[in-house]
Amino acid sequence: MTNSAVVVDDLRVKRGGRDVLNGISFEIEPGTVTGLLGPSGCGKTTLMRALVGVQIVEGGEVTVLGKPAGHKDLRKRIGYATQNPAIYPDITVTEALTYFASVLRAPASDVARVIEEVDLSSHADAIIGQLSGGQLSRANLAVALLGKPELLILDEPTVGLDPVLRDELWKLFIELAQRGVTLLVSSHVMDEATRCEHLLLLREGDLLASQSPAELRDRTGESDLERAFLRLIKDAVS
Amino acid sequence: MTVMNPAITLATTRRILTQLRHDHRTLALMIIMPSLLLTLLRYVFNDEQTFSRAAPALLAVFPFAIMFIVTSVTTLRERTTATLERLMTLPLAKLDLLFGYAIAFGLVAIVQVTVATVISLTWLGLTITGSVWLLGAIAVLDALLGTALGLFASAFARTEFQAVQFMPAFVMPQVLLCGLFAPRDSMATVLDWISDVMPLSYAVDALSQVTHSTEIDGTLVKNLLIVGGCALAALVLGAATLRRRTP
Repeated sequence: MTNSAVVVDDLRVKRGGRDVLNGISFEIEPGTVTGLLGPSGCGKTTLMRALVGVQIVEGGEVTVLGKPAGHKDLRKRIGYATQNPAIYPDITVTEALTYFASVLRAPASDVARVIEEVDLSSHADAIIGQLSGGQLSRANLAVALLGKPELLILDEPTVGLDPVLRDELWKLFIELAQRGVTLLVSSHVMDEATRCEHLLLLREGDLLASQSPAELRDRTGESDLERAFLRLIKDAVS
Repeated sequence: MTVMNPAITLATTRRILTQLRHDHRTLALMIIMPSLLLTLLRYVFNDEQTFSRAAPALLAVFPFAIMFIVTSVTTLRERTTATLERLMTLPLAKLDLLFGYAIAFGLVAIVQVTVATVISLTWLGLTITGSVWLLGAIAVLDALLGTALGLFASAFARTEFQAVQFMPAFVMPQVLLCGLFAPRDSMATVLDWISDVMPLSYAVDALSQVTHSTEIDGTLVKNLLIVGGCALAALVLGAATLRRRTP
């Protein structure tokens, strides 16, 4: 299909001589929220880096918004938030976002908008290094929301957040998808998986499933997604 | 390769200056350290004439060394805190980042050198024959050279500890061989040759000339072009060490 937002075909990645992704293939529909799930160290971050185009890959093809991953035209069209906050600790939230907004040539009004979206208005003038862990990851997320990204790649954006805030962020993700933005969100919290339209389950560099939550429940005969995953892993091992 | 965009370059400069503005101690150290060292030297010699002979060269060496170390640590921090990787995913040219740094630290260097020159001329008894403006301009150019080499050197350091160790490796040989301690043509032949390929040697030659004569001749212009050319080359080489894709 040519109208998929992301097409990954037989993607293989080695890091430090070790196979991290063993030839995985999948597609992501535009305007959907896809959950990327799997235990720590299974290759989630490496896959996201490959989509953004900062990962040296061993083989396979990655097409993002119709262009090969890493194409320079994509740099304005993808919002990427790393798991470890990549944001200057020694300046304020507003100052850092203003800088990233000017790099993206996004309007100055975007800064206030994204601060509002991640609910950091009360800390807009706080030095980033003095924020709490949850506030820091929200500031990091805010950078990805600047401009008009068509694809958002968010690595564990809700880690360490309180349930109310997590709920609000997921509402925002779904609202963005309704506006046509494609989202890939990694997580290891199962209740977040239920909010996704599509799920990718990664384990030790293999893609165990690329299905909707309903299909996954049907396939495994388990109503609970956590148990469905467990079943898939057991089947894969045996 | 993405083409440079002046708006993004200047936004980068502004961001780096904002970072410095929040870090009062670093800013204060950068601005007053060369002046403090020159004052120290004045009273080590305890004689205005001897000081006047050594000071112009040091007006090049101190900003050069301080800018080298500050820049290499700052850019290394950008590399290690993943902000560099984020920037590499954004529509920013590598030279936007490097020139952003060079302009930001160049502006700080102007303040630094102005303070050091004014203190040397008014209070420490430095006398020069040539133009004060030219003296200042050359010293700023040297600070820029330190910035550019620091940016380049940071590519070879994995940790801030290593980056600090590059200061003796990159900077000290140039200081020893630049003609400050002994005239370059009186050194062992091999060292004289080595000093010929070190940019700081030309910076110190240019400064001594401004101190002793009012003439702006071909040699002076050639020396300045070499220093500027080396700074530019270090920036471009620094850009080549930045990678959008990493393992």
